[in-house]
Amino acid sequence: MRDRYPDYDVADKRATPSWNDATRTALDQRLAVHPGPRFLDAAAFATLQALCGRILPQGERTHPVPLAAYVDEKLWLDKRAGFRNAELPPLREAWQRGLAALEAEAQRAYGRGFAALDPASQDALVGRMAAGGLHDPAWGDMPCALFFAERVMAEIPRAYYAHPSAWNEIGFGGPASPRGYVRLDFDKRDPWEAAEAQPGREAEARKANSRVGR
Amino acid sequence: MSDFEASTPLARDGRAPNVFREGGWTPMRQYSETEEVDFAIVGTGAGGGTLAARLAEKGFSVVAFDAGPFFRPLEDFASDEESQSKLYWLDERIVDGADPLVMGGNNSGKCVGGSTVHFAMVSLRFRPEHFKARTLLGYGADWPVDWREMWGYYDQVERALSISGPLSYPWGPARPAYPYRPHPMNACAQAMAVGCEHMGMKWAPMPLATVSAPRGESPPCVQRGFCRFGCSTNAKQSALVVWIPRALKAGAEVRDLAMVGRVELGSGGQVTGLHYHREGAWRFQKAKNVVVAGYAIETPRLLLNSACPDAPDGLANSSGLVGKYLMTQPNQGVFGRTKEESRWYKGPPILCVSEHWNYCDDKNFPGGYTLMSQGPMPQEWVNIQVGARKLWGSDLRHAMLDYNHMVGMKVVGEGLPSVHNSVTLADEVDQYGLRIPRITYSWTEGDKALIAHSMDQMQGCLEGANATDIFRQEQDTNHLNGTARMGDDPRTSVVNPDGRTWDHPNLWVCDGSTFPTTGGVNPSLTIQAMALRTADRIEALAARGEL
Ligand SMILES: Cc1cc2nc3c(=O)[nH]c(=O)nc-3n(C[C@H](O)[C@H](O)[C@H](O)COP(=O)(O)OP(=O)(O)OC[C@H]3O[C@@H](n4cnc5c(N)ncnc54)[C@H](O)[C@@H]3O)c2cc1C
Ligand code: SF4
Repeated sequence: MRDRYPDYDVADKRATPSWNDATRTALDQRLAVHPGPRFLDAAAFATLQALCGRILPQGERTHPVPLAAYVDEKLWLDKRAGFRNAELPPLREAWQRGLAALEAEAQRAYGRGFAALDPASQDALVGRMAAGGLHDPAWGDMPCALFFAERVMAEIPRAYYAHPSAWNEIGFGGPASPRGYVRLDFDKRDPWEAAEAQPGREAEARKANSRVGR
Repeated sequence: MSDFEASTPLARDGRAPNVFREGGWTPMRQYSETEEVDFAIVGTGAGGGTLAARLAEKGFSVVAFDAGPFFRPLEDFASDEESQSKLYWLDERIVDGADPLVMGGNNSGKCVGGSTVHFAMVSLRFRPEHFKARTLLGYGADWPVDWREMWGYYDQVERALSISGPLSYPWGPARPAYPYRPHPMNACAQAMAVGCEHMGMKWAPMPLATVSAPRGESPPCVQRGFCRFGCSTNAKQSALVVWIPRALKAGAEVRDLAMVGRVELGSGGQVTGLHYHREGAWRFQKAKNVVVAGYAIETPRLLLNSACPDAPDGLANSSGLVGKYLMTQPNQGVFGRTKEESRWYKGPPILCVSEHWNYCDDKNFPGGYTLMSQGPMPQEWVNIQVGARKLWGSDLRHAMLDYNHMVGMKVVGEGLPSVHNSVTLADEVDQYGLRIPRITYSWTEGDKALIAHSMDQMQGCLEGANATDIFRQEQDTNHLNGTARMGDDPRTSVVNPDGRTWDHPNLWVCDGSTFPTTGGVNPSLTIQAMALRTADRIEALAARGEL
């Protein structure tokens, strides 16, 4: 993936007026997430890690965002979304059952665990889950498409885009309190915002991005 | 549980948090539980917070309860989507129906100040005719109040919140200039304006409840864009920084982290007070009047959970309509890509408005709608990508790379009242042992027609603004109304025009649940206007000995 905002690191702004104490504390906690698992057992956690790897593949990263750790933390805290579809069991049970069912589907289709499958086979199963095409008894009365839409896709992408690495990737300004922003028009950037690299002019963007924390 | 939920109440021992000072306190009058206070109010949001301030200012003794914590924005609010989920009502609710509602963060607040702590500050008046939609326009229901009276209260709320808006407003009858100048429109709002011109619609800078110049202890907005996750500078004129300080100053008591579980019915159809859970124990507050202001899910839930032998179907429910006619507002969006950088995370998220389709009656669907610009934060944005485009895998990561080049619009539509959309009680109980709500929702055919129309209009606007790769977000809702509707017939409504329940003369409702229709605009200005009206009516009734 082309690096659109080369050398931009939102954390460079940590000591600037764009971050207040509450923000620093919140992000310190985020980055210090327990590696897990604390709630799931080792097998379910391995399935979850493999699933996260397909929902948001991070093959190029040396330090991938630990998505499974965030999901496990949520389960450990039983931090619910504030609602659930009548056809879904509560948060913890939905994940335990959904991950076990995905594992059963992998065994049934390929004779191997989900985590041990090659990415193409994993994607095939995820695609069938999204389309409502998985029916192993392990799902019980939980529709697989609903588990995918309301749990998998509600929780894994949110965890990724709560992480500074993701903000750097998409050029998001990140925390902005109390300073906020000044330039609001099209193609206008405050000096503390990410600079997008135009093809052939990456060096300019690098230079601008190295200064966002000044 | 998060460290926040474990914390103890702050409003106690004769003082409450001063929202304008880190670590600051403000003196607070307190009432004993055995003292029969004039008003015990459940909920401190747009309805309850406003009413608490006005009743206390009129000399009544008031205790206002909120299930959530009492924040000091300057020290408690991070500039961060994920951690600010501490503002939301995240207790379990069951959703079903053909179009199950999305609750949680996108929906209701749980803190002193209620949902106004994370609302988007859009502050619009109903079109006058929308108060009489049944009679004048042939759909929905009529409000038992006159629009001219409401416009007087709108004037008052707009001044109380120092709404920042345009000098002249393009739609509807003449109104005073907004107290403060409008906020500058960001790139996304500018794209919408271009699109509106292309479509032949008028547009205006959005009237917002965040100050564009200093006011009292609020500094001007710094365009940081995290408004829907709590305003850490106090520029936003939420109930937490406007009405709650006024309520405290006038002698009201606020009890934070106090979940009301049941309103007690005494003899003769009068309520006697309420049971609430605070610091690990159930307590009882005596009151001459109880006002329920918990928003359109928790209000009916509390009334239903208060069932007792003399009111076996729940309080105020002789009509059978408590929990019925739940309304939400269509909140679909259309999004597109621009060659230029839009960086739509800057500025309050909604900076441009068009009320064209509220005021134009040449259309093939019931109800009206407002169009507005958008500026989602990354977590919100990925939710939209995932929900609307069904993306996952590297497709999703690639699509998200265009974040800084997106523009978009949303509709806030007049969702129609239907008796089939409802809040009932599920068998499951929450952490307090109270039955949780079941929320049943399906669009009506009229809603579907309105949604389809609005999406075509938004698509036209974005095309006119030269956006490419346009896509539609077909499902989204916001704002909740109905469930304790007001009217002038006890058989077809729960409360009278004053918010007084027909069944129990000293039990009142003052929040979004009393709306007979949603109107084509966001509801909070109208909720606050109604709360001001209720306060005036209570004062007048008290003066006549009719309370
Ligand atoms: C993301 C978002 C954006 C929004 N943007 C806008 C906007 O731009 N413009 C607009 O006009 N509207 C907006 N709204 C809607 C607006 O915030 C609400 O309509 C309004 O706040 C509702 O007022 P209320 O008094 O009915 O309830 P709330 O403001 O939600 O207050 C209810 C309070 O009651 C408390 N409570 C409930 N039950 C109990 C109980 N049993 N015991 C104790 N306390 C209880 C809750 O904790 C809460 O604090 C938005 C809403 C959301 C979610
Ligand atoms: S943009 Fe303005 S209103 Fe919104 S959070 Fe920032 S300062 Fe507050």
